[in-house]
Amino acid sequence: MSNTQNSSLRPSRMKRRLSRDGEDSPSSCEGPTDSCKRVRQPTVDSGDLPPDWACLPQEILLHIFQFLPLLDRAFASQVCRGWNEAFHMPELWRCFEFELNQPASSYLKATHPDLIKQIIKRHSNHLQYVSFKVDSSTESAEAACDILSQLVNCSLKTLGLISTARPSFMELPKSHFISALTVVFVNSKSLSSLKIDDTPVDDPSLKVLVANNSDTLKLLKMSSCPHVSPAGILCVADQCHGLRELALNYHLLSDELLLALSSEKHVHLEHLRIDVVSENPGQQFHTIKKSSWDAMVRHSPKFNLVMYFFLYEDEFGPFFRDEIPVTHLYFGRSVSKEVLGRVGMNCPRLVELVVCANGLRPLDEELIRIAERCQHLSAIGLGECEVSCSAFVEFVKMCGRRLSQLSIMEEVLIPDHKYSLDEIHWEVSKHLGRVWFPDMMPTW
Amino acid sequence: MVVNSVHWFRKGLRLHDNPALQEALNGAETVRCVYILDPWFAGSANVGVNRWRFLLESLEDLDTSLRKLNSRLFVVRGQPTDVFPRLFKEWNVTRLTFEYDSEPYGKERDAAIIKMAQEYGVETAVRNTHTLYNPDRIIEMNNHSPPLTFKRFQAIVNRLELPRKPLPTISQEQMARCQTKISENHDERYGVPSLEELGFKTHGDSSHVWKGGETEALERLNKHLDRKAWVANFERPRITAQSLFASPTGLSPYLRFGCLSCRVFYYNLWELYMKLRRSSSPPLSLFGQLLWREFFYTAGTNNPNFDHMEGNPICVQIPWDHNPEALAKWAEGRTGFPWIDAIMTQLRQEGWIHHLARHAVACFLTRGDLWISWESGMKVFEELLLDADWSVNAGSWMWLSCSAFFQQFFHCYCPVGFGRRTDPSGDYIRRYIPKLKDYPNRYIYEPWNAPESVQKAANCIVGVDYPKPMINHAESSRLNIERMKQVYQQLSHYRGLSLLASVPTIQEEAEPPMSDDSQASSSTAGQASTPTSSPHQPTPAPSTSPNSEPFTPNSSPTAAFPGAHSQRKRGRPSGPPKPTEFKSQAHQPSQRI
Repeated sequence: MSNTQNSSLRPSRMKRRLSRDGEDSPSSCEGPTDSCKRVRQPTVDSGDLPPDWACLPQEILLHIFQFLPLLDRAFASQVCRGWNEAFHMPELWRCFEFELNQPASSYLKATHPDLIKQIIKRHSNHLQYVSFKVDSSTESAEAACDILSQLVNCSLKTLGLISTARPSFMELPKSHFISALTVVFVNSKSLSSLKIDDTPVDDPSLKVLVANNSDTLKLLKMSSCPHVSPAGILCVADQCHGLRELALNYHLLSDELLLALSSEKHVHLEHLRIDVVSENPGQQFHTIKKSSWDAMVRHSPKFNLVMYFFLYEDEFGPFFRDEIPVTHLYFGRSVSKEVLGRVGMNCPRLVELVVCANGLRPLDEELIRIAERCQHLSAIGLGECEVSCSAFVEFVKMCGRRLSQLSIMEEVLIPDHKYSLDEIHWEVSKHLGRVWFPDMMPTW
Repeated sequence: MVVNSVHWFRKGLRLHDNPALQEALNGAETVRCVYILDPWFAGSANVGVNRWRFLLESLEDLDTSLRKLNSRLFVVRGQPTDVFPRLFKEWNVTRLTFEYDSEPYGKERDAAIIKMAQEYGVETAVRNTHTLYNPDRIIEMNNHSPPLTFKRFQAIVNRLELPRKPLPTISQEQMARCQTKISENHDERYGVPSLEELGFKTHGDSSHVWKGGETEALERLNKHLDRKAWVANFERPRITAQSLFASPTGLSPYLRFGCLSCRVFYYNLWELYMKLRRSSSPPLSLFGQLLWREFFYTAGTNNPNFDHMEGNPICVQIPWDHNPEALAKWAEGRTGFPWIDAIMTQLRQEGWIHHLARHAVACFLTRGDLWISWESGMKVFEELLLDADWSVNAGSWMWLSCSAFFQQFFHCYCPVGFGRRTDPSGDYIRRYIPKLKDYPNRYIYEPWNAPESVQKAANCIVGVDYPKPMINHAESSRLNIERMKQVYQQLSHYRGLSLLASVPTIQEEAEPPMSDDSQASSSTAGQASTPTSSPHQPTPAPSTSPNSEPFTPNSSPTAAFPGAHSQRKRGRPSGPPKPTEFKSQAHQPSQRI
């Protein structure tokens, strides 16, 4: 390639590419005009000339194209017939993320409608890993469903419906959403990963999912899907023996579900995420038997149980009464001293703990107990809580260097006779074996 | 040669510790102190009446002090670029002095004025006094980039020489050596305008809490130091319900307008500490508040897009929602959460809120509940908050919304519990939302949970007399934590930093790693390649053969079809600036105060 030849067009585009990627990307495409010129060059005396780019073998071109952002591939496709063919190679269309945003509701740009049309027309049978990022508007969620319902001749392996601002799929007519989703279920036959949090998916559609994809399904995320019942999710667990990761709300969790997941036919579960959300104050929550959890642990000894709690303080009654194999615990709202005390007693597998808020009494004994009994604890985050500096140092001392993440708001630490705020970071750093500071917020 | 000086006041509205003004007086025949104000744009600028009042009071105070020195303040109507050529000729000016402005807008404006002065043969003298340290010096010490964590910033400051000692106030003798001709009609031509003249309706509400001016600032400084001496405790003060109310020792608006020199504040604290503790030297934490200000000034000085998400290399791109209706409820204190509404009411009425209150409302608007862009909140603060500096305001908002400076996002302030911790009896709410004053303590932070009989007894029915909560906090914080995780998990350099993002998930062996090109092209388009600007993950390892699963940088907003070119330009630095960007152009008429 002659550098002088295309210097007229290169700089601007090169600069853009560079400024975006930082350093030289593996390859940058040429502007249409100069590359066309090059194509017309006679190829006879190629002895001294650089190689003719138009004659690049397809697999090399493909390899290069895989490094280019779509936009640059699009420009490259205008160079010549060969590059245009390469642009449409199925390998380049296996994975696509549709960004559906409306100018009125999002700051981010959207996938162009013409591109969407083109994908549906030419590449829908190539798509395998598809996600939709949808802003807060119903129109965007609707647009996602329209695309979904046109994906009739494709076999998806992964599908993610992601609301980036508000759960906009919930605002759609349920039937509309369900019919679009089941198109994918029926046609895919080999879905392995499905992320449909905050959507109006329901029991019958899960049945369709299971009927068509039970051999392949490994991951199912469906937190806050109010139209699914415990029986609906149980049907999934019963049939999909390869399920390794599951995310759902507490009201779908049952002893039967845990037993189904720990049946002999079932592979080891790796992650189970439970969101415990209260819809109205004073809500009553059911309990899960210790024997069901025990069965789960026996079947999948290494599984992570991730629990997010968004409850009022007085709703914790049924929780942490018995031993529970939770590994990651996140308390999004205020949680009482007493409950944290129970956590210390009954969560021997605890790895990570986040307490966003607590009352005004220091959590000294609770933390010490957690350090004592949760031998795997390696990460802790404290927000609106109080702990005396001495108790905190003691806690860190007991956990020692296994505490890989320690995120404590500065206000949490209450100076006492032993340590002032200036002293505590030295003391804690000493026990952690690395420099540590509390998290701070601007005081302005 | 005769020296005729003009000192141009912008911030730094004081006679004490004012090196640029000293420079104006130095060997000069005449000195005129000038403030340039465009009444035409005053009303249209995004600055509320409280901030204007504070400014005008500060100018009045300056004028009064200058009168005592047989001089006056000249408030000149117009835009600096139009005003100066006129003044240079009319007053035969040979020297122009002003305080250094480190903010991008100010730097651009000042560069234009300095150039213009050169053309008129006017020498310029600029002195840095608005901040303790020269931001450029800190950037230089940090390998030529601004420190992006406060710890890093403190480490740099620890290695710096102490700030320059403050200068004494302008004396009678100094001023007497420089005549200032005062014309008969000075008040008409150069008097400090009234709020009415600037187009504000005032209802004789003279009961405002923060009185502008250097005199008030110095009185407050004395009270501030007296109280510190009385408490004899230099630890972080324990925050109580009382902290939420405007304090007669509060200084932040005075530092913002430069009615109080930050160096005077700094050295007064220093001396007090030495006197009471007799220890070697005070810890940095003594100057906490001042240092935060320096931190944000340093972060913003070379970043014209510091107050935007788009095009701002240090700002994480977050898919905030556009929701004007919700924004208005927040800004006007109609969220239905008494704690949030009381804070926004205090802000609107008085122009100042405690930093805890700032955290609470900022978190609520952005990552905690409403998921609305920090830029919208910043603009409301810019209008209402007396101490809102461009850098400090934008920086704080980015901090509080977890958009920059490497924040943990796991913790959202609860709009009910957070206030209750600070002020269990709800006195603060009763003061700013009198409608709720008869609610029992138990329900004052969550009146919607009060039984109907209680609501009736308190003469305030939720949904009728006071709004219902605009959002279910538990639900929204659950959603928003997920949204934050989505954003942060895409930023490879944040991985492992946030607690929740460390919760593992299975990587489908078949699932190609997601490339973040979509983010780069759709939002941070064309950003510089600083580590924080690039939401790219490191380039994934190439597939072993063309047949193995490709990683595919996907979903760029445009593609191979006609029209791709035109779209490509959007959001690129080469493209035309958006309307909002015009305000940072110095030539654009505007009134910044």
